[in-house]
Amino acid sequence: MPIIAIQGLTMRFSGVTALNDLTLSVEPGVVGLVGANGAGKSTLIKILLGLLPPSAGTATVLGLDIARDGLRIRERVGFMPEYEALPPDISATELVVHMARMCGLPPTAARERAADTLRHVGLYEERYRPIGGYSTGMRQRVKLAQALVHDPQLVFLDEPTNGLDPAGRDEMLELIHRVGSEFGISVLVTSHLLGELERVCDHVVIIDGGRLLRSQAVEAYTEASGVLTVEVDEGRDLLGHRLYDQGVAVRPEGRFLLIDIAGESTYDQVRDGVAELGLRLIRMEQRRHRIEEVFAAEPAAAAPPSPVGPGGPAPGAPAPGGPAPGGQGGPVPGTPGQPGQPGQPVQPPSQGAPR
Amino acid sequence: MSTSTIHDIGYRHYDGKRLGRGYVLRSLYVHNLRAAFGLGRPARAKVMPFLLAAIMLLPAAGSVAAFGISKEPDTLIRYSSYAPTLSVIIAIFVATQAPVLASRELRFHVVPLYFSRPVGHLDFVLAKVGAMTTALFALIGVPVTVLYAGGLVTKMPDSSEQLLRYLGAMAGCVVFAFVLGAIGMVVSAFTPRRGFGVAAVIAVFMLSTTVVTIVQGIAETQTNFTLQGWAGLFAPFNLVDIVQVRLLGAQSSSVGIAPGIQGGIVALALCAAIVAGSVAVLYRRYRKAGLS
Repeated sequence: MPIIAIQGLTMRFSGVTALNDLTLSVEPGVVGLVGANGAGKSTLIKILLGLLPPSAGTATVLGLDIARDGLRIRERVGFMPEYEALPPDISATELVVHMARMCGLPPTAARERAADTLRHVGLYEERYRPIGGYSTGMRQRVKLAQALVHDPQLVFLDEPTNGLDPAGRDEMLELIHRVGSEFGISVLVTSHLLGELERVCDHVVIIDGGRLLRSQAVEAYTEASGVLTVEVDEGRDLLGHRLYDQGVAVRPEGRFLLIDIAGESTYDQVRDGVAELGLRLIRMEQRRHRIEEVFAAEPAAAAPPSPVGPGGPAPGAPAPGGPAPGGQGGPVPGTPGQPGQPGQPVQPPSQGAPR
Repeated sequence: MSTSTIHDIGYRHYDGKRLGRGYVLRSLYVHNLRAAFGLGRPARAKVMPFLLAAIMLLPAAGSVAAFGISKEPDTLIRYSSYAPTLSVIIAIFVATQAPVLASRELRFHVVPLYFSRPVGHLDFVLAKVGAMTTALFALIGVPVTVLYAGGLVTKMPDSSEQLLRYLGAMAGCVVFAFVLGAIGMVVSAFTPRRGFGVAAVIAVFMLSTTVVTIVQGIAETQTNFTLQGWAGLFAPFNLVDIVQVRLLGAQSSSVGIAPGIQGGIVALALCAAIVAGSVAVLYRRYRKAGLS
């Protein structure tokens, strides 16, 4: 049974369409929800909590209808908000115990669960001190603890890595992974960073401007492509020219050569070329797709192409030929005001971009 | 950090009891009542409420002692005038503690944590208003009870009449607690920064009292005693005093008291409207905050 099933969900605020005819279904596990800031992620969570009635469409969470069973949904799920949500003058223990009681846990159980949960998120002696003195990383842990204290079946984590440094980010992602695998709690985690979600999620949903861009398992995004990456110590161009002369589709990218795989013989040609030129081969691997590529490939099909003036790209459009799709932690391409990112390309990417 | 003494026994699921709405409402009420007196918070949060509670007790204790020595019935403060006499202290208590209950969780965005749980919006407001009212009732009611108990111990005459007056005054305390608490909560819910909240609540109480007193003074010089009485409806302490005098048989402690039994009924209706209106306003305020 899907934990979340959404049918034609639309949410309009005065003048703004936050969600536009969204239909998707999500199986248990760790699910990532990706979109640029303002893509409608937080709005979707509020609708799924039954707090905000949608303009149109229906949804069920854990098999419960959001319009009729909001209260029963909220008994069974946890929610970690995106922004600061902690009173500074009480201790983490006091807050988490109180929040456990707000879910109906009897006093003794609330205290036990609060102590357990705070330990699981990695807060020890400091949990008795007022929250005002905590670091951002500790606050994020308290927020996570209050979402888990009543042992929900599903947690909504809204931007849990916001404001954390790289080390804190890794720890938080590790925690989220544990919540999904070890605790057996389904997770819906939002982020505007694709690389992060790629690491912890089983399934990634991408929304953009309130529309569904793609919803599929992480493996499906990162399946092997028909491109071979070859790195040699020196003489990249030498090898490139040689292979080109042999009729291999080859192009340079950074320190690498990208070679379209025509068949088993392609590997042999590379091997022979390297051996005969006396080069040192560092790497030869089949390239995998990255989730980011969805943004490079999809908009042309999903959205009508933006009109391009004869003088060049439309104002504000990202310049083609920017850096290659970013690695982990790169912001979502397509975010307005991110020049240089290969966002919604106004011209079809010719060379340099994968596929 | 050394974790040598901490044994990770893994995550355990909770399959115990989950209690219903009544328990959640009660927990919320107790939590807010504790917050009103700074319990479960650092020591400096306790200073103001307990200092003010102590100041509230002083005149009662002094009055009982004076009566014990002099045996002069006039030295025992009238139960029903205790709150109007100490209106400044009560106003300061409302001003410092209503923001703790009403605006602290708004300011730090804690409200969404409640409404993502099985906590109803109305329950949330009722628990807060209930806790503030209880705290104020304790603040005013305890010294009045000290007066009454002190009078009994020191052999105040007419004990049956004293009991009636005491019960009437306690009913008055309940009305005071509701009206003052409701006003304080609404004002501070719209001034999220604590300092402004304190100032705003004080301003509402002091300005209304001052303006009403001026109007009453002008009315008195023009010998328009009807206007003088009805003007009292617009200052919180005077308003409740009208209820006390006209419906609970107390002696007046204010400059102007609206005339007749209908004056009392109007005043009581106004009190009820203030409380109901503030619950409605707070409901909308927190509902909105729960979505932000």
